[in-house]
Amino acid sequence: MIFAGYRRRNGTVGVRNHVLVMPSVMCANHVVDRIGRRVPEVITIAHPTGCSQVGADFEQTKRTLAGFACNPNVGAVLVVGLGCETNESKALASEIAARGQRVEVIGIQESDGTSNTIARGIEIARALLRETQPLERTQADVSELILGTECGGSDAFSGITANPAVGYAADRLVEAGGTVILAELPELVGAEHLLAERALPSVAKKLYELIERVEARARAMHVDMRYGNPTQGNIAGGLTTIEEKSLGAAYKGGTTALREVLEYAERPREKGLVVMDTPGQDIEQLTGMTAGGAQLTVFTTGRGTPTGSPIAPVIKIATNTSMFERMRENMDVNAGTIVDGTKTIEDVGGEIFDWIVAAANGRRPVAEQFEFRDFAINRIGPSF
Amino acid sequence: MALSRDGTALRLKDDDHVAVCLHDVPAGGEIAFAGGGCVVARTAIPAGHKIALRLIAAGELIRKYGQTIGRAAVAIAPGEHVHVHNVEGTRGRGDLAPGTDAAADKAALR
Repeated sequence: MIFAGYRRRNGTVGVRNHVLVMPSVMCANHVVDRIGRRVPEVITIAHPTGCSQVGADFEQTKRTLAGFACNPNVGAVLVVGLGCETNESKALASEIAARGQRVEVIGIQESDGTSNTIARGIEIARALLRETQPLERTQADVSELILGTECGGSDAFSGITANPAVGYAADRLVEAGGTVILAELPELVGAEHLLAERALPSVAKKLYELIERVEARARAMHVDMRYGNPTQGNIAGGLTTIEEKSLGAAYKGGTTALREVLEYAERPREKGLVVMDTPGQDIEQLTGMTAGGAQLTVFTTGRGTPTGSPIAPVIKIATNTSMFERMRENMDVNAGTIVDGTKTIEDVGGEIFDWIVAAANGRRPVAEQFEFRDFAINRIGPSF
Repeated sequence: MALSRDGTALRLKDDDHVAVCLHDVPAGGEIAFAGGGCVVARTAIPAGHKIALRLIAAGELIRKYGQTIGRAAVAIAPGEHVHVHNVEGTRGRGDLAPGTDAAADKAALR
């Protein structure tokens, strides 16, 4: 099955053609913001990371920033640094360039202050737009798509309506040769055996190791996960334990074999269904999957959440009709029709698959129309 | 998967201990399944929440989707609302790790 996308020099295909201006460190957030105000056609992000970080936590931050910059939906990148940060802006730009992405880099200290940096950044941003905007959509195959799946603000209907419908769409994409990311590891605790049954032993082993890592964190903190996940809203919506939430969440992955287990923001090497180690926290999860190369995400919600990505379409699926009607402006598809008895899981799953292809072709889901641009990097260590 | 006669509740697997209420169920509301099984809601149960389909002993593992979703913290009678007040999680229980107060209390009760 085909769609029309933006073919990149490194062979990947984007469903959007953005210029991204990003800080290598939080100290450059304001300069990035000022560039974005003067050149509103570019996408800007801000984040509170990039300095005084070490070890696996620092590696994860670098992997996320480089991966996000190299998402196929981005045609060119401007990195803005300060000059003294742990996450050296030139090293980050080199990493981005090594992956075949068009990138420029400027620094606030090297440019003798913020005014010069903003002025230079505006020039570069405009030049990158001139360079990338003439690119036209050309024929691509849905097998080149990486689809993120996510549930946020879940309720008891998530596991009965929207998640199984997303699973149906996920199966269709996998059958067509594409890749589907199932993530939010804490929300697979209690359902991991169902995925492991569908995986080669080495893949199953890694999945169990990552699940154990989640529970080890709860032990290290001496806490019951239930005080934070399921959340208060999940509990109000009828979900009682993390196991129950997980069993419903796992439906998003459909029924195909689990091919690979990835670290946060790691790019899949395999096609088919893969699991990524992200937290259940919505924004960190969405950022991780998008940094792993997901060109778009389907996002189910029972309580109702407006989340969007700066660079990728996020298609919102309501799990129940009551919320869909109240928050109509924030939802794209109503899977509540499945319990209303007017549609089947297959009907809604088919609609979601059609939405995925339409969004790949340029159709803008509501979160993208609102320009909701959520971005957060998952930290796994302290700042020093 | 089985829908109750009036479409009010959904039992996801035949041997599940609980059904999910698809609509608000008032106290005294009857949930009946074709082929037997009928319970009366002991309290009002909100849409999305679970109702016990049979007696669940204290400590028994509770099934939904044909899978374990937790453990009964107390005995749960048929028709009772099944939720955080009478169900404990069995996973992610760092509070029960050795060295914690809860783990010490639990050991003392054995």
